[in-house]
Amino acid sequence: MGYQWNWDVFLQPSATGDDTYLGWMFAGFKMTIALSLSAWVLALLLGALIGVLRTVPNKMLAGIATAYVELFRNIPLLVQLFIWYFVLPELLPTSIGDAFKQSNPVMQQFLASMICLGLFTSARVAEQVRAGINSLPKGQKNAGLALGFTLPQTYRHVMLPMAFRLVVPPLTSEFLNIFKNSAVCSTIGLLELAAQGRQLVDYTAQPYESFIAVTLAYVAINILVMTLMKKLEDKVRVPGYMGGK
Amino acid sequence: MKKFALTAVLATAISASAVLPVQAQESLTLKKIKETSAITLGHRESSIPFSYYDDKQQVIGYSHELMLKVVDDIKANLKLAKLDTKLMPVTSANRITLIQNGTVDIECGSTTNNTERQKQVAFSTTIFVIGTKLMAKHNSGIKDFADLNGKNVVTTAGTTSERILRKMNEEKKMGMNVISAKDHGEAFLTLETGRAVAFMMDDALLYGEIAKAKKASDWVVTGTAQSKEAYGCMVRKDDPEFKKMVDASLTKAMTSGDAEKIYAKWFMNPIPPKGLNLNMVLSDEMKATFKTPNDKAFE
Repeated sequence: MGYQWNWDVFLQPSATGDDTYLGWMFAGFKMTIALSLSAWVLALLLGALIGVLRTVPNKMLAGIATAYVELFRNIPLLVQLFIWYFVLPELLPTSIGDAFKQSNPVMQQFLASMICLGLFTSARVAEQVRAGINSLPKGQKNAGLALGFTLPQTYRHVMLPMAFRLVVPPLTSEFLNIFKNSAVCSTIGLLELAAQGRQLVDYTAQPYESFIAVTLAYVAINILVMTLMKKLEDKVRVPGYMGGK
Repeated sequence: MKKFALTAVLATAISASAVLPVQAQESLTLKKIKETSAITLGHRESSIPFSYYDDKQQVIGYSHELMLKVVDDIKANLKLAKLDTKLMPVTSANRITLIQNGTVDIECGSTTNNTERQKQVAFSTTIFVIGTKLMAKHNSGIKDFADLNGKNVVTTAGTTSERILRKMNEEKKMGMNVISAKDHGEAFLTLETGRAVAFMMDDALLYGEIAKAKKASDWVVTGTAQSKEAYGCMVRKDDPEFKKMVDASLTKAMTSGDAEKIYAKWFMNPIPPKGLNLNMVLSDEMKATFKTPNDKAFE
């Protein structure tokens, strides 16, 4: 194969002269981390709320939560991203839409990406939380109510402390997914890790080095996430449940 | 236009193991054309007005018409009673490979002749010269690059324009926000929706985007050209005899005034699909090219 390997490419000054190519990669790495973590916070908060609402006896609240999950889970992530970024500003009142569109493009792309990723993942988190709550024996809820707790108190003190600990393993995969899904945001021009990798190919004609570096960076992120989540899992494991001591 | 990085690498890999014997005395391409009475032409699908489909799915355009002239001359030179022309749509990503592996014999579209690509393929006499300019709304007050200080500006990722724009921003401390869209269509959408005040790209392609726009009269192409690029027809390397025949034919068309007529037809008159007139007057570079045809690359 006539490919010319050149790992020094990362240390060369970039074509625009503002940084090295390694600097570009690192900027993308930071962007991926910032985007994924902020979207994950949003997803956890919203997902926990929606997941709980799906299990409450109130038909209307449960219905709204179900509609939310089905909406965000069943539309492809890419389509949702284009709606947030391209369509929504056109639907807003002209003055607000224009003000948004004329602001710093990186902020626009970041906001649209964060909301899109956060809501998409929140629907998936909600399903995990719901599954966790539903997996508890019925007796726990009844016991709580029988002891004189109100329904919110039963959730707060009896069911949720159990349910959240049960769903740590499936939430780990959602957490890993959010980092990988963040690559979709390169399609609206956000310069995260995957986009910087593509830029490097365009500018240096060294695709193998670029994509190997991108791959290693994603692997590194995910190994770190898995290690931390494993620690958390061990720490909060319920004694007597699923291998807990 | 210049998203050739990956293609170039693939092409290198393929050419290294190429089955085509080189250094042949007789032109292999011409021999093949003679034996099969057929030639395969590479064309683009939406490079308005160079090479694209009209509403009846026929290939039309400035470059395509020049290519058909070349085919006529080849047929006459080889004294063939009949010559079948097969049309093969190509993309920016696969065009170099398809020329190299013999699928396509000649491609006239909107391919820039540059030194990196010359390592993979040969280019004919230049058929078009573009400059990288700006497109803006006619009432936006944007006249040139100096008006872009502190504004949002869009360009297409992986193009020469992107490099120039980012470099300019860095060197002149202009404080522009450069948005890199993934293709020309998305870049124009960014401009059209007001996210950017200007779109930097090859001028001919900017005119082409205007031809597709909802309201063409809203848009103007403006600014001082920041770089020049020469479009040429691609043929196989190591087949100088075939290239000579193609060059002779194009040179004849240019010096006889035929090429200028074809230019007028595509750039100064209404063209499909919307019957819009691009109104792109013949530039000094184009006049010079038609007067003294050459195959020099600008970069």
